[in-house]
This record gives sequence, structure tokens and C-alpha cells, in this order.
Amino acid sequence: MATEFHNLQELRHSASLANKVFIQRDYTDGTVCKFQTKFPSELDSRIERTLFEDTVKTLNNYYAEAEKIGGQSYLEGCLACLTVYLIFLCIETRYEKVLKKISRYIQEQNEKVYAPRGLLITDPIERGMRVIEISVYEDRGSSASSSGSSTTSSSGR
Amino acid sequence: MKNCEYQQIDPGALGTSNTRTSTTLPCGRKNSQRPRRKWEVFPGKNRFFCDGRIMMGRQCGVLPLTIGLILITSGLFFTFDCPFLVHHLTVFIPVIGGVLFVFVIITLLQTSFTDPGILPRALPDEAVDIERQIDNSGSSTYRPPPRTKEILINDQVVKLKYCFTCKMFRPPRTSHCSLCDNCVERFDHHCPWVGNCVGKRNYRFFYAFIVSLSFLTSFIFGCVITHLTLRSQGVNGIIQAIQDSPASIAELVICFFSIWSILGLSGFHTYLVASNLTTNEDIKGSWSSKRGEESGNPYTYNNIFTNCCVVLCGPMPPSLIDRRGFLPPDDAPQTVTSDTELPPFMSKNDANMCTQGTKELLESMAHSSVIQSTCAPGTPKTAPVSQESLLHTISITVSPPNRPPSTGCSGHQALRPIDVSCSQKGNKRAALHTHKPMLRVPSPPCSLGHSPIILSDAPDMGFIPLN
Repeated sequence: MATEFHNLQELRHSASLANKVFIQRDYTDGTVCKFQTKFPSELDSRIERTLFEDTVKTLNNYYAEAEKIGGQSYLEGCLACLTVYLIFLCIETRYEKVLKKISRYIQEQNEKVYAPRGLLITDPIERGMRVIEISVYEDRGSSASSSGSSTTSSSGR
Repeated sequence: MKNCEYQQIDPGALGTSNTRTSTTLPCGRKNSQRPRRKWEVFPGKNRFFCDGRIMMGRQCGVLPLTIGLILITSGLFFTFDCPFLVHHLTVFIPVIGGVLFVFVIITLLQTSFTDPGILPRALPDEAVDIERQIDNSGSSTYRPPPRTKEILINDQVVKLKYCFTCKMFRPPRTSHCSLCDNCVERFDHHCPWVGNCVGKRNYRFFYAFIVSLSFLTSFIFGCVITHLTLRSQGVNGIIQAIQDSPASIAELVICFFSIWSILGLSGFHTYLVASNLTTNEDIKGSWSSKRGEESGNPYTYNNIFTNCCVVLCGPMPPSLIDRRGFLPPDDAPQTVTSDTELPPFMSKNDANMCTQGTKELLESMAHSSVIQSTCAPGTPKTAPVSQESLLHTISITVSPPNRPPSTGCSGHQALRPIDVSCSQKGNKRAALHTHKPMLRVPSPPCSLGHSPIILSDAPDMGFIPLN
């Protein structure tokens, strides 16, 4: 763990942002929060496909759990209705609890998987749940041709 | 572990980004000693109180009138009618009245002061990425790129429109309110009576408000009628009864006019809840079957009970705009000026658009700038090493494009609203609600007195309209 953290420290102090990759939302199931699992071509050389897909699928599962409509959410809703929704001021909703879990998961993924590869995932809640933003940092050791903005064209959709 | 070495940042690159900051914001000029919260630089037209805890639309509309009418009517009821009724009937009358009154006031305040589900605007690099994907043909002819995207939801084709103000493709059921200058998720309508938009997060409060208000007005109306009837049963007659209790007539008048509109509105929204529709979709006829093709509402669960449960008792989503989060200390807020040069293909569409040219954005990104997160998780502040702290200690800047003050941007938004005057509590007016009959579900019998304000989306020249 110390070595992973050490890498994050390096990332923090001496990294150069090369590009940002945005994973957009997948609306095929409606308005539930779900991100596309399609592997972006910009990350081809940076991370294995399976790792990336695992991360996105786990995040999708977390969001599905947060937005799940079932016994507990109905109970919460009815209780809220009876208390004239004042209960929202007092207790933490299930959604908020799951968001905390997601935050911890992303932190852990960054430390273990992404930072060692020069990538950094931004929690989607910081982007209004629109995108998963993956920052790609330049690695002096690699044979990256250019500094600054990436020249890869947009991935086909 | 990997032995990656990362390049040192060029400190000179940071200097260029700071010169782009807008000086038009009243409080955004210098990095003051006091750390500023995000609500202070929020780009939409909203008002914040209690240090960001409470928010509402810029124009509070007739919210004071709404509150005043409720308070006055209830006050008169408790003062003049209740003593008589307690004496002659039962003590439960003021109790029930009191409970309903409390319900009404609390739900009204919650509707007005809650974030309706505002989507934060896209950050510049995100906007650039979207632009790049739209214009991925790579041609240099600068033809107007398509600003709609078609997706399949539950085997139904849905068009997503691009919002020029927020610089993103709107999620399904999201609409841009020009009064508040925000994209709102599951946008229902902008209600001037509560002074706020009604959207995903506060629809249940709004529904509870109108239902409890219907009960309250009906209850007061019934009690006042009972009161006057009982009084006039004495030897004195109805005229004397009215003279004894003139306030009751005022209450009768207010309640009589309110009941029509409020009951109608409640019925209409009950229908919307049962079919999982929004007022916006209903008014626009988004899922109308009369277009000839088989198009139903893709969001419905085809079960009235399930729809009601989902809409009213579903999980409460969090606010995405994190009003009370702190801005990163060394960043100016991201802004867009209206006078930066527009890329040619955009200038054809709308000269008033407040956007920064794609070229400029790409150039500014090339200088390697700070990642600024304008939104951070509101609740997980207790997370140990949060994402945000990690990010903002990395001193890499995306050059913030300049943003005009909100009034400057409002011009093009206000140009094309689809305004239908709202008379939800039409005491003095009796505007008819004209909505097209919707689905196969029979249209509600309650088209009186309700015409919410439906605000259009961003200027959409060169678009294929949604219907």
C-alpha cells in the first residue's frame, strides 16, 4: 500500500495532464444512472480492457443498487411522506450511503489500479453524474509523442 | 510497482490561464482570504440563502402571494369559524385544520427551497470532447453539426437535444428552464406560485403540496358552509349570520375560486403520476400516439400502482450542484464570455450564444492547466482522502473560459420560451388549460385553471424538434 500511495504522491506533484477521456452515460434502460462499458481507444495502451470494464460494471451495479426500487425505498418514501419529508433533513438516505461507498471504491481503484498506470478516475458525482472522467497523465518513460493535448481522434460512437 | 516518471509542470503555463478569468463577476476577482462556496459562483439564475442551504428561482414570482393567501385564509378560519364550530360540533375541526395547514406550509416551503434536480453545466474539457465527437467527420466545411442524438430507451427512439447553455446533451426527460437558466432533470414545469422549477427532486413535495392544499381548501370551504348554515338556523337568518361573521364570506370567496383550480391541478398531476409523465411531456405530446407511429411512454411501468410508487416513493436522488462545497482556493470560477470568437459553424446558428470557441479551448488545454472540479460530492465530506483533495493538489489547469454575468446570458434564453401563463391557483383568473389529449389513457377531466409555464429548451436552430 505504501508503494501505491507513493505513486499517487508522484502523480500529485509532478504529473502532466495529457488528455481526458469521458465515459458517457448509457440510457438504454431509461433514466437510471448507468455508464457505457465500451472501451475507449485512448486507453488502449494504458490499461487492460478487463480492468476497465470491471470498474465500470461495478460502478453501474452500485448505482443500480442506489436507485433500486424495492421494499426499502418504498419504506423510506412512505416514512418520508408521513413526516412531511422532514425526515430527509435528519437521516441519510440510502442513495447517499451508496454514494459514499462509490466514493471509497473509486478511491481504492485509483490507488490500486489506475494511478500506477498514470490514470485517474474522477467520481461522476463531481461531474453531475454525466460522465466518468478519466484523466490520462503523461509518462515520461513511455514513447508518447506529444505533450499537451492528445492527438487521438474521437472514438467512434 | 511501475517506475513511471512524470513530467514536471511548467509553471509558466499556469500564468496564461489566469489572465483569462472574467472580471465581470462581482465577487470573483481575487482570491480572497475567505474560502468561497460554490453557490456563490453558481452560473444559473437562482437565489441562495443561509449560506447555500436554501435555494430558489431568481424570480420568486408570486410565492409571497401564495403564502399570504394561505395564511390569511387559514388565519381567518381559525379565528372566526373555529370557535363557533368547536362549540357546536367538535374540537377536532381545528385539529384537522391545523394538521392540514402545517402540511401545506411545510410542503410548499420544501418545494420552493429544494434543488429541483439541476444539472451542473459541463466543464470546458467535457464540452470540447462532446464537440469533437459531434464534428468527427473532420471536414473543414463547417457545416452545422447535428445537435440531436438518437438513442433507444426500452426499444423506443428518443432524441436527446444539445443544450447550448450547459454545453451537453441533455439526458432524457431533462429540459432547460429559461427562467432559471438551468437544465433540470425530469423537468415538469416552472411554477411561479412556488417560485421554483418542479423537477425530479421536488416533484413529490409539489404533489404533496397541491394534494394537501386541495384538502385544506375543501375542508375550510365545507366548514365555513357548515358554520354559516348553523348560524342561520337560529332565528336570525342568513343575513344576520353573514353580518355576525363577515370573515367567512371572504374565506368562501377565496376557497371557492381556489378549489376549482387546485382540485383540477391535483387531478391532473395524479394522472401524470399514474402514467409516469411530466407536464412538459404531456403539453408537448411527446408520447402521443396520434403521430401515427407506435410510440408510447418508454418510462412507464404500465401499472398505475408501480408508477405512483416510483414517482412518489422512489429513492431521493442527491443534489448534483453541491452548493455548500468550497471552491478550490487557487481557481477562478469557470466562465464563458459572449465576446470570444465563435467557431464558424456555430456563428450561423446563434450569434448570441455564450460559448467559447472550440479552437480556443483546445489551445488552452494544450497549455496544461488545472483540473477544476466545480462539483464535489456534497455528502461524503467525511471520506478520508477524497477525490477532490487529490485532484486539486495537482496543479494542472484547464484554462477557464470566461463566463458572462447571468444577465448577459439570459438574452438568448428568454428569446424563445414557450410561455403559457400559469394560473394554478386562479383566484382572479380562470385560464383554461389546453393540453392535447395524450395517450391511450383517457385524458383527465380536470383541464380547468391550470396552465403551467413550460419553458423551452435552449435556442435550437438547425435542430430537428423533438416532435
